Amino acid sequence: MAAESALSTTAAGGGDRNAERTFAIGFAIMLGFFVLSPLAIYPIFLMKVMCFALFACAYNLLLGYVGLVSFGHAAFLGAAGYVAAHSAKVWGFPPELAILAGTASSAVLGAVFGWLAIRRQGIYFAMITLALAQMLYFFCLQAKFTGGEDGIQAVPRGHLFGLIDLAQTMNLYWVVLAIFAFGFLVIYRTIHSPFGQVLKAIRENEPRAVSLGYQVERYKLLAFVLSAALSGLAGSTKAILFQLATLTDVYWAMSGEVILMTLLGGLGTVFGPVVGAFIIIGAQNYLAKYGSWVTIIQGFIFVVCVLAFRRGVVGELGRYLRRSL
Amino acid sequence: MKKLMGSWLAGVALAALAATGAQAQMSDGAIKIGVLTDMSSLYTDLSGAGSVLAARLAVEDFGAAAKGMKVEIISADHQNKADVGSTTARSWYDVEKVDVIVDTPNSGVALAVNEVTREKNKVFLVSGAASSDLTGPKCSPNTVHWTYDTWALANGTGNAIVKTGGDSWFFLTADYAFGHALERDTEAVVTKNGGKVLGKVRHPLNNADFSSFLLQAQSSKAKIVGLANAGGDTTNAIKQAAEFGIVKGGQSLAGLLVFLTDVHGLGLQTAQGLIMTEAWYWDMTDANRAFAKRFAAANKGIHPTMIHAGVYSAVTHYLKAVEAVKSDADGKAVVEKMKATPTDDSLFGKGTIRKDGRKVHDMYLFEVKKPAESKGPWDYYKLRSTIPAAQAFRPMAEGNCPIAG
Repeated sequence: MAAESALSTTAAGGGDRNAERTFAIGFAIMLGFFVLSPLAIYPIFLMKVMCFALFACAYNLLLGYVGLVSFGHAAFLGAAGYVAAHSAKVWGFPPELAILAGTASSAVLGAVFGWLAIRRQGIYFAMITLALAQMLYFFCLQAKFTGGEDGIQAVPRGHLFGLIDLAQTMNLYWVVLAIFAFGFLVIYRTIHSPFGQVLKAIRENEPRAVSLGYQVERYKLLAFVLSAALSGLAGSTKAILFQLATLTDVYWAMSGEVILMTLLGGLGTVFGPVVGAFIIIGAQNYLAKYGSWVTIIQGFIFVVCVLAFRRGVVGELGRYLRRSL
Repeated sequence: MKKLMGSWLAGVALAALAATGAQAQMSDGAIKIGVLTDMSSLYTDLSGAGSVLAARLAVEDFGAAAKGMKVEIISADHQNKADVGSTTARSWYDVEKVDVIVDTPNSGVALAVNEVTREKNKVFLVSGAASSDLTGPKCSPNTVHWTYDTWALANGTGNAIVKTGGDSWFFLTADYAFGHALERDTEAVVTKNGGKVLGKVRHPLNNADFSSFLLQAQSSKAKIVGLANAGGDTTNAIKQAAEFGIVKGGQSLAGLLVFLTDVHGLGLQTAQGLIMTEAWYWDMTDANRAFAKRFAAANKGIHPTMIHAGVYSAVTHYLKAVEAVKSDADGKAVVEKMKATPTDDSLFGKGTIRKDGRKVHDMYLFEVKKPAESKGPWDYYKLRSTIPAAQAFRPMAEGNCPIAG
């Protein structure tokens, strides 16, 4: 008996170690890719991919690990972009403070949205988030400081900590990579913490989690705020990168795009959203010359994905390798 | 499943390869012109594919090949989104090694491209965008604003209307950089001439339903309903105004920016009597008519607008400057040369480019013909008056352009 339990703990411990090793290898490959690829690929495109990858990872935290379908995540991406752009341009914030301000504002926004939305489940939750996001869209369209259709343009990239000139593309590249890696690790840590275990328990069976004495609403709200803040981090970084904050990022289509990235890459996998973002942004970038066909191609990819490999790219790969990626 | 995975990976690898390929092909031996315009939405008729064609004709007529200059033209759709426009411009300059971006209707997008071009020290030749801010507070040593601007439109049409008794106005304004600038510039002209503005309402870009805005215009009792919008928005507003009986009720419409293609779309029955300011009309000189004939033959019979003519003229002058400087590498130097050389081409005749980047030429006040006066399709305008170059554009001192000095 004792031997048996000892065996099972070692097995479990071994499994954990295995999973950790898989993650470490995966993370190293991903980091290696992003470190080496600017030699061959246009760095601004890669930075855009990283911003959206972080956005999709943040979304995946909510959809993949808590099972909450938010249809208003564009609000967090876009609002943070506006705040970061405005604070950098008008108030003269240095980039690190502008990004922090954007992230903080999205966290606050996430707390408000989340507080209202988590009272409902399923489709109602999705609809409430969509409605709130559309309200924010309308605000951004009408408010003076957002510049309406023009957006906030010519945002200065500035000097990080007053030292590093971000107008140099490669300087900015390493900063964006660091921000992306930081956000990614925060998400990984969250998922694999006791807090993350509870989130997964809620996803699997909410009544049981309640019966075990967990205050599920608090857990959900905290996950929602975390996801919103990380989306905001992605949005503010994007605003500094493109020196621009526009309505595209608060529009509902953006909320749809992030769902697409997450599903395509692999729902509930750590690396999936990164791959999904790469595919979608890559398609938009390299197929741009086909104009409105891009959305049709995206739709086609989505249909193929749902029909042929429902777990997404990384999900299927993980199943093939028998590893949780 | 494995096969599918394989094809996915291959796809990702291909994307990576495509990127490297693009970088390897770049050659600075060629002058690369990027036509960034609206290819699918409300400004596509007045600019769009026609602008690409106009650029191509300009390159042909310049005889670039005979002079040993290699010129390539690429184009893209900015979807009327500032972020798409600025991302495209950035990657064109960085990856595709584009040397000059031309046209770019939609002032919001143009202002974004203006900034990217300044940062990258390339050249931006504006024909499609209207905002007078491009040679005002946002002026740049890398930008030339060619065909027209909101100040010129307001000055031409606004003046003419106020002087013929249209002294109370209501504005229907497209809610972005262009509409705001046009409304601001026209309002200044109206109040300067003793008229007054009774109200204004902003509508979203690419709007389909103007009913609530038109009702407000109707109840304002203003004599003139000024349409500070363009392209599809203007034609929609004019058509719906006819349905609401605004003109029958005694109010007049003032299309502040109406293009030949808009009049064609509206039909003379609806458009007759509209007064507008334009920089160029195909049926004015033999050279213009010859150009229009060539243009229409290659463009499904659609005749060129002033924007198309502006693209032709601007590209011609740009190529001349590059030929003189013997390099396209330094955008500022090329633009300086463009400013130093008087402009002269078959469509716009002789003209100059001011220090603030404003191209100066005569503007014309046209009136749309009555159906009986028109001899056939595309015969739409009659000339009311010519606004001489010296009075057609905002004096440089009033623009607050930092480089005008």
